Amino acid sequence: MKAKFLVPLLLFFGLAGFLAFGLTLNPREVPSPLIDKPAPNFKLARIDDPASTFALEEMRGQVWLLNVWASWCVACRQEHPLLVRMARQKLVPVVGLNYKEVRGDGALNVRGMALEAETALAVERARGWLSDHGDPYVLSVLDVDGRVGIDFGVYGVPETFLIDAEGRIRYKHIGPITPDSLQQVIMPKVEELRRAG
Amino acid sequence: MIPELGHFSLVLALVLALVQAVVPMVGASRNRFALMAVGRPAAQGQFFFILVSYVCLTWAFIQSDFSVQLAASNSHSATPLMYKITGVWGNHEGSLLLWAMSLSLWTVAVTVFSSHLPEAFVARVLGVLGWVSVGFLSFLLVTSNPFDRILPGAGEGRDLNPLLQDPGMIIHPPLLYMGYVGFSVAFAFAIAALLSGRMDAAWARWSRPWTTVAWVFLTAGIAVGSGWAYYELGWGGWWFWDPVENASFMPWLLGTALMHSLAVTEKRGAFRSWTVLLAISAFSLSLLGTFIVRSGVITSVHAFATDPKRGLFILALLVIVIGVSLLLYAWRAPRLGGGGSFSFVSRETALLGNNVLLSVASASVLLGTTYPLFLDALGMGKISVGPPYFEAVFIPLMTPVVVLMMFGPFLRWKDDDLVAAVRKVAPTFIASAVIGLGTAYAVDHVTWRTVLGLALAAWVVLASVQLLAVRITDRAGAGLGARLRSITASWWGMWLAHLGVGVFIIGVTLVGSLNTNLDVKMRDGQRAELAGYSFTFRGVQDADGPNYDAARATIDVRRGELAIATLTPEKRLYRAQGMPMTEASIDIGPFRDVYVSLGEEIEDGTWIVSIYYKPFISWIWLGCTLMALGGVFAVADRRYRRLAVRETTLSTQQRTA
Amino acid sequence: MQVDVVVKPLRTIALAMLLAAALPTAAQPAAASTAAQGAASADLAPTVAPDPQLEADVQELSHKLRCLVCQNQSIAESNAPLAVDLRDQVREQLASGRSKEDVVDYLVARYGDFVLYEPPLKGATLLLWGGPALLLFGGAGWLVLRLRRRSSELDATAGLSATERTRARELLAGRAQPSSESPESRS
Repeated sequence: MKAKFLVPLLLFFGLAGFLAFGLTLNPREVPSPLIDKPAPNFKLARIDDPASTFALEEMRGQVWLLNVWASWCVACRQEHPLLVRMARQKLVPVVGLNYKEVRGDGALNVRGMALEAETALAVERARGWLSDHGDPYVLSVLDVDGRVGIDFGVYGVPETFLIDAEGRIRYKHIGPITPDSLQQVIMPKVEELRRAG
Repeated sequence: MIPELGHFSLVLALVLALVQAVVPMVGASRNRFALMAVGRPAAQGQFFFILVSYVCLTWAFIQSDFSVQLAASNSHSATPLMYKITGVWGNHEGSLLLWAMSLSLWTVAVTVFSSHLPEAFVARVLGVLGWVSVGFLSFLLVTSNPFDRILPGAGEGRDLNPLLQDPGMIIHPPLLYMGYVGFSVAFAFAIAALLSGRMDAAWARWSRPWTTVAWVFLTAGIAVGSGWAYYELGWGGWWFWDPVENASFMPWLLGTALMHSLAVTEKRGAFRSWTVLLAISAFSLSLLGTFIVRSGVITSVHAFATDPKRGLFILALLVIVIGVSLLLYAWRAPRLGGGGSFSFVSRETALLGNNVLLSVASASVLLGTTYPLFLDALGMGKISVGPPYFEAVFIPLMTPVVVLMMFGPFLRWKDDDLVAAVRKVAPTFIASAVIGLGTAYAVDHVTWRTVLGLALAAWVVLASVQLLAVRITDRAGAGLGARLRSITASWWGMWLAHLGVGVFIIGVTLVGSLNTNLDVKMRDGQRAELAGYSFTFRGVQDADGPNYDAARATIDVRRGELAIATLTPEKRLYRAQGMPMTEASIDIGPFRDVYVSLGEEIEDGTWIVSIYYKPFISWIWLGCTLMALGGVFAVADRRYRRLAVRETTLSTQQRTA
Repeated sequence: MQVDVVVKPLRTIALAMLLAAALPTAAQPAAASTAAQGAASADLAPTVAPDPQLEADVQELSHKLRCLVCQNQSIAESNAPLAVDLRDQVREQLASGRSKEDVVDYLVARYGDFVLYEPPLKGATLLLWGGPALLLFGGAGWLVLRLRRRSSELDATAGLSATERTRARELLAGRAQPSSESPESRS
């Protein structure tokens, strides 16, 4: 058996190894390039008081979570009880970013709707949903057109960003938060950041 | 009851596949004719039971038996009969059954057309095919049973994915699978040869027609698939370098290389180990394609619903089939070697040069397709590799292939004079470059890509004409008709397939450079102008189908005063899945397609309409047709039949002696 | 041979003209279309995009950007809400005069290299971009090596030895007399 005739076999085993490893990966989860970068600043209307705004720097000095949600998002309903429990236990402050409340809902026809009308409808829907399911947020802001979502690289709802005292994004959780991910990943990171800060 | 019958048939088929895998192999190694003779009936019986199983599954779809999970998820009582039947393969389990059935059909073909081959060789070939079949049938039965019942049965089915409810879907998968799976025969021939240690010109001659037929199917399958994408996706794209497309394209490239490599092995007996490696690799890539489509490891538009358990099973299958083959190769191939002589300047060298290029191209496609996975697995981030990469890599690799492809046939087998050969084609080559530049200038689109594409196309066409002229003038005496008749079918096959490449390049280049489009908002009576055509909107009517609601626009197309066509693009909403679909309407012409698709209704009576003008696009498929036709001609060559007869008498003589 | 050298180019040129003649039929309308669009007409349908040139640029760039929520489609092909949003972003930024590179940088900063169908050349993608060339040179080198070895084996077995060749040349030049030890049939 000459060595060079083994080359195809070895190459194939290499490929098969990667393919086997690939089976354990999720090809649809895209890591964020914003990790350890300053969170993009925004100033958005608050749901509880649409006349006033909330800006990112108001949370400076705190370690907090930015949770992207919407009332039409099915998976948000899944993680919501956990968020409510977190709020009750005062684990970490969570700010809600309500993402495309009206135009993101495939069931609604918003063609030709004015921005004011859309915002009003969004506030109404979001408030209704929070009173139905509980409001775990320090406050929630409205991202009516999803522009801030794009700045944060949001590509699916829910997503959750962990932001440190200096306003840097330290971790991004894609999909609904589960008790496991909270205890094993998010909270340890929160503790670590608090100690550092 | 019928689904259970189908399930049971599948089990019986697996048993027969096991028999086919083991008994003839043992017979071949012990030289026992009685055992070898088991192969043929076992293979034919296996096909019978798979066919019964397949018919049973189809029956469940036709009868809308929604207690069968598969029918419930992929059919609907209102689905048209045609799509109930084709819906069988519009999902993982059913398409896998189709896979197994085409493998079995190919095996039966081997049993029928192998009477001229030595018994021991046929026994080994059937044994190898039997093992592959065992793998896939157990994959079906263990992880993907198409006959699974649900209790209680669903009241109504979820319907077939609307994208698949299309005439293209009726023929695309069977053709593609016949192509994919067809390489299993060349693979089995190669393994049988490695096992027996007999690998000579005769082996190459036996493999050639099988490889060519599989290649014809694959060519046709890919072409139909791309045509389907062209009119179904609503914006006229025809190739996307999607991983699943690549999965069919890689075996095609290697299959092309294999066909040509077999020619060298047949003529000169040379490069046997290389030919064997190609035969193994072409089929391995087919298997790899199956893995990519069904494992979810790589995201693709075409992927089936995925399941890690299935991925693991098929990966294990892959490792066993390919691993064992390559191990056998590493063990036995060093002894092959040898072969007749040919000089550095010869047709053999040209063929092998193209072989290397095609293999490199195939490997590059594999690299691009799997690279995101490599990086992800190594934790080096996620990237996407898409059309811009593949185009950047592919054009430089294919350019020399096309140049060499037309130069090779001018070279003599064994030995030729480089200077004389170059002198022969130099005028054609220079003329092609001039034409490329000239036509690009004439169509006012001078980019390097257009110039290169047109020059290559001109080179193929002109060199083809010259080749034919040389072929005719070389035969002195006799009339033109007699000289034309003296040309063999396989030569015509080569000539047509190569010309097809040229026609294909014309289509790709011109539609890439000159296609224009326009998105307009249209209401009744309004007109749009594109590329000298005028499109008048004549309103939208309801045109509901059996399982969808549709709005159909009527658009008159005129060119000046001349009425060209009335196009009726539709926008459909498939009820069961609530999925919207656009049905483009195309006026197909020899030199251009006019393509119209209907978008959204933005306000009452006003619709978004997308109009595309696509020059020469049908040449893409004309080129593919010529390539496939070339393959058909090559297989129809008389010498295969003549040799078959001679070898049959020979082998019967041997047997009786 | 002499005739061939003249006839063949002629034939090719004739064909070239044929081919070139077929093309303008395809080319002309493309030129005419711009004129037609310019002419305002009462019943002419308005274009969806106010600026067709901008729209063409948006389309071109969008085809190179990957939609994140879809299985595997560009943001030009997909109608997923995020794809529509990103397309709008591309349009808005190009309209405001930013270059294509700026827009690409903007999206990469937010979504990473994943959005690019054309992966950037850097350390991690070196093998991706260099691989095909490496394979090509490797393959070509291997082929040349094999062929060279074959032909040298060929020379050793079937070819003439150096002394035989010299002898043959001498014979041809008439400088040497054929001798019994060098078989004439070889020269």
